[in-house]
Amino acid sequence: MAQELSEKELLKMEVEQLKKEVKTPRTPISKTGKEIKDYVEAEAGNDPLLKGIPEDKNPFKEKGGCAIS
Amino acid sequence: MATDGLHENQTLASLKSEAESLKGKLEEERAKLHDVELHQVAERVEALGQFVMKTRRTLKGHGNKVLCMDWCKDKRRVVSSSQDGKVIVWDSFTTNKEHAVTMPCTWVMACAYAPSGCAIACGGLDNKCSVYPLTFDKNENMAAKKKSVAMHTNYLSACSFTNSDMQILTASGDGTCALWDVESGQLLQSFHGHGADVLCLDLAPSETGNTFVSGGCDKKAMVWDMRSGQCVQAFETHESDINSVRYYPSGDAFASGSDDATCRLYDLRADREVAIYSKESIIFGASSVDFSLSGRLLFAGYNDYTINVWDVLKGSRVSILFGHENRVSTLRVSPDGTAFCSGSWDHTLRVWA
Repeated sequence: MAQELSEKELLKMEVEQLKKEVKTPRTPISKTGKEIKDYVEAEAGNDPLLKGIPEDKNPFKEKGGCAIS
Repeated sequence: MATDGLHENQTLASLKSEAESLKGKLEEERAKLHDVELHQVAERVEALGQFVMKTRRTLKGHGNKVLCMDWCKDKRRVVSSSQDGKVIVWDSFTTNKEHAVTMPCTWVMACAYAPSGCAIACGGLDNKCSVYPLTFDKNENMAAKKKSVAMHTNYLSACSFTNSDMQILTASGDGTCALWDVESGQLLQSFHGHGADVLCLDLAPSETGNTFVSGGCDKKAMVWDMRSGQCVQAFETHESDINSVRYYPSGDAFASGSDDATCRLYDLRADREVAIYSKESIIFGASSVDFSLSGRLLFAGYNDYTINVWDVLKGSRVSILFGHENRVSTLRVSPDGTAFCSGSWDHTLRVWA
């Protein structure tokens, strides 16, 4: 647990971790951002909260009254 | 000996400066990828229109603050847990309570539904995560079948089943996350690296492999490899505790909500923060975040009792939802994206659509 290690041990862990992270492969936002945008555009049609659902198909529509004929 | 003490301090100082210089290098490397802003990439995307989302169901029955909730895969049942120790399973269509159990502790801060829908997991100030099978036998005492799975040395803040009912991932105030086998209660892997309480976690969508993200009081969001127990990426741009983390539906990014009153989006492939969702008028912490199915909308619950809806691509707020009468503490979009449910310190849960 974090609290049980000495300051030196924690720092050593941090330095080791940072050395690894500096080497992480990265891609520019112009590419990854575009992929996020493309994903949204592809899935937007299937997103009920985004495009709305007709009241009669909405499982959470207001509970209607009874019609007695 | 005096000279040992001197040596000790030099090593500490040199470690500190090495850490600082590595952090600087990391910043430099990350800055190289910052060639454009997300909202610039999304400039030509059509703006969103007005949103009309309202409370469709109010679930009343908890006697105190609702702290956590989770949806069942059947898209209608939800489990919620409260400060008073009660854990309730609801049918959100009818608002009926189907199961209820009282935990032996107060502040049940975490609860989760098993993928099969046949069990729930919960825990909090008892420092444990326990699993309760759900049975429809009226004579069965739910509490009698309780199985203690996880043991931490401080409170349980979050829990989640993995792809099956067999394993649970937990996060704790003891600064660690852990993966457990439900049947045996065995610790399969532990995750060390946070410098303070871990408050939240989220598993990557199954297609993207075995990782999860956690957020903590050390202001860090960390991405972990579940098999090796290693942290693969860490982000430290928030200015206060991170209360909630949630993966983007594609698995390539995640959002966070923090006490610094902002929500942020971190792109895993660019290895950096790519958007901040904030407004000067929003000064209270964000407690809980979740995406709509396509990832276009980010729903965030706040300590000022509101829910803000953000346009993930453009960075703007598209709607603000009022209704809760106290802090919103938990928020999840339903599995098929037709609604989202929020839980609050006002003792209720609301389903919005």
